[in-house]
Amino acid sequence: MDHIELSLTQSLDHCIKCNICTSACPVAAVTDAFPGPKYVGPQAQRFRHEGQPVPDASVDYCSGCRVCNQVCPTGVKIAELNARARAQIVAERGLPLRNWLVARAGLVGRMSCGPHAPLLNFGLRLTPARWAVEKVIGIHRKAPLPASSTYTFRAWFRKHRAPTTARRQVAFFHGCATNFYEPHVGKAAIAVLEHNGFEVLLPKQQCCGLPLISNGDFKAATSAHEANVQALVSYARQGIPIVGTSTSCTLTLKEEAPEILALHSEDVQIVAAGTYDIFEFLRSLAERGELKTDFRPIERHLPYHQPCQYRAHRLGSPAMDVLSLIPGLVLEESHAECCGIAGTYGLKQEKYQIGMDVGAKLFDMVKRSGSDLALCDSETCRWQITHATGVASKHPIEILAEAYGLEL
Amino acid sequence: MRTIETDVLVIGGGATGTGCARDLAMRGIRTILVEKGDLTHGTTGRYHGLLHSGGRYVTKDPQSATECARENVVLRKIMPHCLEDTSGFFVTTPWDDPAYGDVFVKNCRLTGVPVQELSVQAMLRREPLLNPQISRVFEVMDGSADSFLATRSTALSAEEYGAQIWTYHHVVDLVREGDRVTGAVVEDLRNGERIGILCACVLNAAGAWAGKIAAMAGVTVTVLPGKGTMVAMNHRMVNTVVNRCKLPDDGDIIVPIHTVAVIGTTDVHVPDPDVYGIEPDEIQFMLAEGDKLIPGFSQYRALRAWAGVRPLYKDRDVANDRDIPRTFKLLDHAERDGVEGMLSIVGGKWTTYRLMAEESVDALAKRLGNTRPCRTAEEPLPLPPTEHQTTFRPPVRTTGPGASVAAEVEALQHAPLYWLGKHLSEVEHEQSFADLICECEMASRSRVLAAIDAGAKNLDDIRRDVRMGMGPCQGGWCIYRTTALLFERRGEDGLSHANSNDALLHFLQARWKGLVPVLWGDQLRQARLDELIYVGVLGADRLRPIAEQGGGLVTDNPAVATEYVKA
Ligand SMILES: Cc1cc2nc3c(=O)[nH]c(=O)nc-3n(C[C@H](O)[C@H](O)[C@H](O)COP(=O)(O)OP(=O)(O)OC[C@H]3O[C@@H](n4cnc5c(N)ncnc54)[C@H](O)[C@@H]3O)c2cc1C
Ligand code: SF4
Ligand code: SF4
Ligand code: SF4
Repeated sequence: MDHIELSLTQSLDHCIKCNICTSACPVAAVTDAFPGPKYVGPQAQRFRHEGQPVPDASVDYCSGCRVCNQVCPTGVKIAELNARARAQIVAERGLPLRNWLVARAGLVGRMSCGPHAPLLNFGLRLTPARWAVEKVIGIHRKAPLPASSTYTFRAWFRKHRAPTTARRQVAFFHGCATNFYEPHVGKAAIAVLEHNGFEVLLPKQQCCGLPLISNGDFKAATSAHEANVQALVSYARQGIPIVGTSTSCTLTLKEEAPEILALHSEDVQIVAAGTYDIFEFLRSLAERGELKTDFRPIERHLPYHQPCQYRAHRLGSPAMDVLSLIPGLVLEESHAECCGIAGTYGLKQEKYQIGMDVGAKLFDMVKRSGSDLALCDSETCRWQITHATGVASKHPIEILAEAYGLEL
Repeated sequence: MRTIETDVLVIGGGATGTGCARDLAMRGIRTILVEKGDLTHGTTGRYHGLLHSGGRYVTKDPQSATECARENVVLRKIMPHCLEDTSGFFVTTPWDDPAYGDVFVKNCRLTGVPVQELSVQAMLRREPLLNPQISRVFEVMDGSADSFLATRSTALSAEEYGAQIWTYHHVVDLVREGDRVTGAVVEDLRNGERIGILCACVLNAAGAWAGKIAAMAGVTVTVLPGKGTMVAMNHRMVNTVVNRCKLPDDGDIIVPIHTVAVIGTTDVHVPDPDVYGIEPDEIQFMLAEGDKLIPGFSQYRALRAWAGVRPLYKDRDVANDRDIPRTFKLLDHAERDGVEGMLSIVGGKWTTYRLMAEESVDALAKRLGNTRPCRTAEEPLPLPPTEHQTTFRPPVRTTGPGASVAAEVEALQHAPLYWLGKHLSEVEHEQSFADLICECEMASRSRVLAAIDAGAKNLDDIRRDVRMGMGPCQGGWCIYRTTALLFERRGEDGLSHANSNDALLHFLQARWKGLVPVLWGDQLRQARLDELIYVGVLGADRLRPIAEQGGGLVTDNPAVATEYVKA
């Protein structure tokens, strides 16, 4: 067992039982079904033994939001321990069809994306259809399912005419959501990057694997990550930054997949080191004075939620920092731990209400703001916010593109 | 002074004495057992936790090896709930003589200890953290054993058969009339009452204290207390018992038991079984030996250290202490010293306690004219009230030397073998996670209450029953909770706040003794948090003036205080 691997399993030894994680965990705060991070993480781990049946089930209620990791004073890798424990459960008891499906956003997206999308979206809005989906598959009838797009981001990109004046290159990791559900987010990112003088390359790519990890399907997640590393490593080796708009995809490439799946090859490490969230990237440009600041003022006061997966990058608030350069724009931070959806967590029939309760603080804040628009970097969070509050939501990159006055 | 009469008075509530009481009672012999502390207060409660396969003794002590191998199978059948079928490895590390492997296998065959060689790859698949430089691996039927639970269950069976078990009763004198021992005077440590016990025979099963007991009857029995120190690590880096393949030595074995891995032991002669210390160099030495088996072992979190004393019986004809055999010996003082009415059973190990009891009781029964056979090898032990009646059965071992026995034990359909996930799975099943008193060891309120109701006389007794306070925080969160439950439950029987305070202070002090030798890194940080809880928040340092012994609890009585001192 190598050193990095050991530091994860051994991290349970650092737990001093202080309960800080348990008092911070947004899920434990709203449901009795979840005993909390201290119990399911460093404590339960002492009772698990690979050669024996899995003794516990409650760890499945961990949403993977990583709030616990951030507050733990001794550095216990609680969320990773939990993800692995869940994978043990899946390996032993099998993956329910529902989790298999929601873990494959790409596959579902591919099947529903295209000219038939409006029809499908219409069908899924009907109450009887959603009732059937809940009964048969276990996806809560009210859960925010994204509407499929009539075209994919990649198809758009192929036809897109890039400016010929670019001086530098970046590789764009779009993730499943942008490709199948929200191509406009990708379009905004391309526009902003090109406006700043970048040629955007589009590497071959698959789902980052995060939904597979959080549903405990480590086998499929490992092959997804390995394929992505293979496709991305040549860019990273040439020093071409890999940039993504989905905070959870970039976190997965940087950290989650290597740590949780115990993948530590040189290529994996090079890709991890060469991957950036889009605002992390833009902020570093700004810090070097290389970000264009030809912004039009936007006189608005908007609520902004930094997703838990974004905080897990441990970067401060890059989106807030960059958007603060736009004259007139005032962002009000949510200070909420999590919106509750946690990727696919809040879709599940038994967890939908937990997710809504977890996000209550955020929803209140958005509603109280009186704004008709909220900003958030992560797609599933945006869907959740809109679902819970009726307030439209956008990725901050869309506001930045608007401030640059870019045509999309 | 009140006087009571019985057939046999057993002295010592360790594995041996309790095993004797059960065997006596099952044969219909009236029995009283007296123990100065709680059951397992002596060596039985401070041992390493190994259910011996016999492998450690095949070369130096072949008789012990054979006895262990036989009893290993018997115990699996009668007390599955106390045993974990971990299996065991003997491994040849670069520091061990490579020639011993073949000697070991040959001697295993000679002594009847089942053994099977394994490839190093197969070993690493099962235990990936073991040293990859290990050159040979032999698998044996080692297991781990909960001696608290086993003794508790044995005592329960003895009581069901009519024996009386008196804990916290200290033998202060033996009564000798001419060349005959006719009874004893015992003191009830809860209230100081002295009671006379008249009996046909005294069975001295006082372990390392057997010499002190014999001396009360004017008989010389030389028991050399051999102190052994052990260190428990915070989690199990191996799930198999791992021994070095060499002649038994200090720090050469790691036993995974419950949630911890325990390395041990040392062997140092001490003058008195009640007064000994734990030396920093003992700890350092064992951790360094651990690194040879598991690279990086010393970097893991150590939880606590403790020590026990081996009851090494030195026969009159043994000149050199090194030549003392590890087998047990039954001394009939009538034959040996011309003193009637007393037998002493000395030496041995936990694993062979039942056999020791059988031989002792055979001799006693003959003396009393009782012809009923011993049945302790067939009849399973009952479960104490602190145990869940679990129905889950861990998978039966299908490989290694233990496989055939595992199938046989399974076919008996008794309680299932213990497995690591047991308490967690029960808490999950009952959804009692919001009702945990000791969170680290998953001791729920109902189990703690069961221990109190079963007669615990202080917090340490509860610890032995449900492992309360034995986890990483060493009681940081559960000591005050348990104290509150004790007060709540016993308040009506006269237990006061002051008594409860005393119980809390006593237990904190007892935990602290085991923490001091391992205070660095994570455990130091933990101790600081615990200090903040008890001193900073609860003001435990100012509790002494409002703490008072009594209320049916026994805390700091000198008869049961083990003095850890600098040796
Ligand atoms: C460090 C160490 C590690 C060991 N590891 C293992 C192992 O892994 N596996 C194994 O099989 N064996 C092991 N052993 C051996 C084993 O623990 C002992 O042989 C066994 O526990 C002895 O049990 P016992 O009942 O004979 O003695 P004890 O458990 O010592 O019982 C004697 C009892 O007599 C009581 N007593 C003494 N004086 C009085 C009095 N005046 N009045 C009333 N009561 C009195 C004491 O309080 C004590 O409880 C180990 C021993 C040591 C020292
Ligand atoms: S990852 Fe989030 S939900 Fe899971 S235990 Fe940690 S704080 Fe709770
Ligand atoms: S915050 Fe960290 S140290 Fe505290 S209980 Fe949770 S895991 Fe343990
Ligand atoms: S997307 Fe929502 S659920 Fe996900 S981490 Fe973010 S805030 Fe939590």
